[in-house]
Amino acid sequence: MASQDITARSATTTPMPQVRQVGEVAKLIDTSKCIGCKACQVACSEWNELRAEVGHNVGVYDNPNDLGADSWTLIRFAEYENPASGNLEWLIRKDGCMHCADPGCLKACPSPGAIVKYANGIVDFNQDKCIGCGYCISGCPFDVPRLSQKDHKAYKCTLCSDRVAVGLEPACVKTCPTGAIVFGSKQDMQMHAAERIEDLKERGFAQAGLYDPAGVGGTHVMYVLHHADQPSLYAGLPEAPAISPLVELWKGVTKPLALLAMGAAVLAGFFHYVRVGPNRVDEEPDPGEPTVHQVDPSVHVVDPNKQP
Amino acid sequence: MNNEIERYTPAERSNHWAVAILFVLAGLSGLALFHPALFWLSGLFGGGVWTRILHPFLGLAMFLLFLVLAIRFARYNHLNAYDRQWLKQMDDVVNNREDRLPEVGRYNAGQKLLFWVLVLCMLVLLVSGIVIWRQYFGEAFGVGLIRLAAVAHALAAFVLILGIIVHVYAAIWIKGSMGAMLYGKVSRAWARKHHAAWLREIGRK
Repeated sequence: MASQDITARSATTTPMPQVRQVGEVAKLIDTSKCIGCKACQVACSEWNELRAEVGHNVGVYDNPNDLGADSWTLIRFAEYENPASGNLEWLIRKDGCMHCADPGCLKACPSPGAIVKYANGIVDFNQDKCIGCGYCISGCPFDVPRLSQKDHKAYKCTLCSDRVAVGLEPACVKTCPTGAIVFGSKQDMQMHAAERIEDLKERGFAQAGLYDPAGVGGTHVMYVLHHADQPSLYAGLPEAPAISPLVELWKGVTKPLALLAMGAAVLAGFFHYVRVGPNRVDEEPDPGEPTVHQVDPSVHVVDPNKQP
Repeated sequence: MNNEIERYTPAERSNHWAVAILFVLAGLSGLALFHPALFWLSGLFGGGVWTRILHPFLGLAMFLLFLVLAIRFARYNHLNAYDRQWLKQMDDVVNNREDRLPEVGRYNAGQKLLFWVLVLCMLVLLVSGIVIWRQYFGEAFGVGLIRLAAVAHALAAFVLILGIIVHVYAAIWIKGSMGAMLYGKVSRAWARKHHAAWLREIGRK
């Protein structure tokens, strides 16, 4: 399965296989074509055998209310009054893992191999190696991974890595009735997006554009947005996502330096002992103690060798 | 007449060693998650998942017992002018020239500083540890705070471990101090050499 070469692996400090030149894949989500039918959510739950608990309506169309360990994709609805046109726009976005080229989850994960990135760009969680610490959630710039309360393992969209490995498109792509979700090589998807953007611009969306944020090295799930200048309109899509500087500090060069410092402290002690040596106390007789032999006058010692 | 004097009561020694054992356990399980090079340490605790489960409880137990220890010893650890002088003569300290140093009470300035560094680290570890404890507090805090807490936790643990390396080495270096914490007793000569003011003080009692 050449497409499944692992090119990055969590908590691993040595290079992973890089030799084979595998083409990158991408899923393109065209928000201007999405009708919010949630067929993708259903296809996802069917293919991945996920059955989220039926929740409660909280007054918006989002159902369930949030991504979860058993809801890997979610249609989010946002209402936007466009000040330019005066129109009420219903902005609908399919949320889920963006499959970053520089994944924050993978950077934060402390368990070797629990998070991997395949050569084709898919970022996947191996739940058998997941220890349930939730660091991936802190590492993610898109707030995507979720810990299951059943097994304390983290879950998220796999981009149907199992389907893609055998040449199929992800389940959500296959089911989308309007063709709002398409899948192919990243290059093809960028070209397809360019055509769509041109079309949108002709239809009055001057700021239409592709969401493929450079801050995370680009993503393998991309959006066509009518308002690419304001991604946050789409239910809080980050404007300029990047791995948080705090995560970089936490997982960056500081840790090997800290290990080095600890090792150096132990060595410093050892060499101090060798050079300066231990600090011993001369146990001289204590002046406060009686040092003279006490003679008990009632005891007579008879010494036959002693001359009278 | 006994030439030895009591430095630590059995309760103080037990308390100290309970904290020490928990420090080793919390430290090793924490280091397993600190850097990939040390992930193998998770094997000591039954694997990665068990390490993740046990580490916060070990840390919590360490904090609670340390709190008791800190309350026992806090009154001996107020820094004073002699301590500042002692710290200025660090060169004499590390070269075994304590005859040139100002007279030391129950604890020297290094020990007092270590005490307060440990208090600070333990507090930071407790608070940040709760914030990053996903199993029970996963929903309670925002991601920005959790990221900050993760950095603070690692930093405080790093400072704590460095402090304990110094502490353990000092105990190996200064002969007689290990015995004080193991059996509770030190000789009068040891007390006079290292803690003369303390010896005078207990002599008055």
